[in-house]
Amino acid sequence: MLSIKNLHASVEGKEILKGINLEIKAGEVHAIMGPNGSGKSTLSQVLAGNEAFEVTEGEITLNGENLLELETEERAREGIFLAFQYPVEIPGVSNLQFLRTAVNAMRQHKGQDEMNAAEFMKLAKEISKQVDLDPSFLKRGVNEGFSGGEKKRNEILQALLLQPKLAILDETDSGLDIDALKVVSDGVNALRAEDRAILMVTHYQRLLNHIVPDYVHVLAGGKIIKSGGRELALELEERGYGWLGIKDEEPADSTAN
Amino acid sequence: MATTDQEVNELIKREYEHGFVTNIESDTFEPGLNEDVIARLSGIKKEPEWMLEWRLKAYRRWLEMDEPDWAHVGYPKIDYNSISYYSAPKRKEDMPQSLDEVDPELLKTYEKLGIPLHEREKLAGVAVDAVFDSVSVATTFKEPLAKAGVIFCSISEAIRDYPELVQKYLGTVVPHGDNFFAGLNSAVFSDGTFVYVPKGVRCPMELSTYFRINAANTGQFERTLIIADEGSYVSYLEGCTAPMRDENQLHAAVVELVALDDAQIKYSTVQNWYPGDEEGKGGIFNFVTKRGAAIGKNSKISWTQVETGSAVTWKYPSCVLRGENSVGEFYSVALTNNFQQADTGTKMIHLGKNTSSTIISKGISAGKSSNAYRGLVKFGPGAEGARNFTQCDSLLIGDRCGAHTFPYIESKNKSAIVEHEATTSKVSDEQMFLCRQRGIDPEQAVSMIVNGFCKEVFKELPMEFAVEAGKLLEVSLEGSVG
Repeated sequence: MLSIKNLHASVEGKEILKGINLEIKAGEVHAIMGPNGSGKSTLSQVLAGNEAFEVTEGEITLNGENLLELETEERAREGIFLAFQYPVEIPGVSNLQFLRTAVNAMRQHKGQDEMNAAEFMKLAKEISKQVDLDPSFLKRGVNEGFSGGEKKRNEILQALLLQPKLAILDETDSGLDIDALKVVSDGVNALRAEDRAILMVTHYQRLLNHIVPDYVHVLAGGKIIKSGGRELALELEERGYGWLGIKDEEPADSTAN
Repeated sequence: MATTDQEVNELIKREYEHGFVTNIESDTFEPGLNEDVIARLSGIKKEPEWMLEWRLKAYRRWLEMDEPDWAHVGYPKIDYNSISYYSAPKRKEDMPQSLDEVDPELLKTYEKLGIPLHEREKLAGVAVDAVFDSVSVATTFKEPLAKAGVIFCSISEAIRDYPELVQKYLGTVVPHGDNFFAGLNSAVFSDGTFVYVPKGVRCPMELSTYFRINAANTGQFERTLIIADEGSYVSYLEGCTAPMRDENQLHAAVVELVALDDAQIKYSTVQNWYPGDEEGKGGIFNFVTKRGAAIGKNSKISWTQVETGSAVTWKYPSCVLRGENSVGEFYSVALTNNFQQADTGTKMIHLGKNTSSTIISKGISAGKSSNAYRGLVKFGPGAEGARNFTQCDSLLIGDRCGAHTFPYIESKNKSAIVEHEATTSKVSDEQMFLCRQRGIDPEQAVSMIVNGFCKEVFKELPMEFAVEAGKLLEVSLEGSVG
């Protein structure tokens, strides 16, 4: 489904990704792990088409289509979804209006009729229950005054509504307590499907106890330095990134945003 | 960052959809202003002697006044003798007629503008006074309003038919000498709307005036006077458009509101005068004086405005809160694009005890435009326990526009409380990226974000206008993201 070949990308002239190769098939769940500053968030942003990042070399295709030629919104309509690490607020725009606009943009792209307000309300309410968000959140401004956990659940709500082909989860576990982690993981597991791939980006292995990946990749210095199955994550947890000869700097991920 | 700015700059290409000209035979004065012109104008309108005297007094005062230069706007000097002070579609009588007698060309014009006078009459339940250049061409719903005792007519009619009311209130809120443009208006105002709501009456429908400038080289100088007698309520809307022309045209209106004891006036404006083209050529100079006097105790005056048009806007709808416990409100959205300049805001003058006022101003700047909020909150010595809350938010779209805030506070009473909040924000790259990542077009995203920013003001507008205002913002921002 997704094929990344020799991907190089930089931000403000500084190269962050230095030759990524990755193949993801439909139905698979992949985890990308790595210390802060390794380029994990950059990879998510580049896949989603954030124009702050410049792709200098390599290619990305989704089902054979060249993603690099598509605008951000066109990629989204082709089925790329990014659950943000730090979801931004849009004051005054209700969550409901935002979600309905997004869903209808996708439907229009697929040649389907737009959903009317009543139909959409019903659907949105159902899904908000699934991620344990009170329906009153639908009426509030997009992420406006939401707690960290509420923002993350709101991201998963959007993934469930938009039903993407490839869902990229950028540090979706960060800042969640154990209950919230469970809710979010259940949401992600509900997304798992034969025709859908999931790419999780995470620093910690604890998320992978809840969402069990088929493959684990370790990213360091802008390259994937090791790939394996579920057991790779467990080994990392036990032995630390140092085991692979990587320094794990604790400061915030400098490639985010 | 660079990408969004570039997109946004491209989004700012728009078409002004009301820019057509109506081909209609008009009686238009040759340009120029002197006492004879004023006498001729007054004569055409069959005005009583006192009205002509009033105008001439204003004119003589105006000659001694200077054009204000303190606003944060720049425009070429206006030659007041190159403007025609009267233009009216030809017709048999100088009276607003019943709709059946109105020239079909005119009805078509209003239909094209989305103001189908016939349909509005039947369906919408909104009474309309349609002002075309210098005259009122039609006023709908007069009869049912008359049954409720509400007077809704053109100001020309009111001068003839209700001289005692006009004489009692005209110029009491905005006197001749108030400012240069108000002085000019007092001398040459040609038409406008008059509303009187009697004691204890809640006006049974929304009243509205639709102003249209059509003729070239004319100025529009309308005068509106609304009086809400004790315990009455009225909601009034105004809308405005003009054809696209390369020359600037002057619009210098005066609006006076008077609220007696326990009366409420809600005044809403959606202003969409032609703003000039992408290079800043043409457009309306909108120099307007709007003021409400809350004379009575417990009275309330509320201004809501959505300003998207005009090349230059100079406008400060204000409230003089004289009555005890009287309330003033100002809710404003001002959007400037391309080379538009706006200097707008309000004055809240607290004179009575326990008076209170609220100011919510939302300025949106795009293109190379300049958008200034200017507000005065003043507490007189008698304003015991008075309070004001002001919130001024600016939103910048792109990186070539400017937003300015000039708040003035003067207090002569120690017990007065004033709160002021101000923010400036940008449509951020992160917000745009989030919307686009969810499949939303950049244009739609900007429009959604801007509408969200304006929500607090839009909710103050009557339903029908709120929808129109939202759409108008969308059109005004069209082309600002590529």
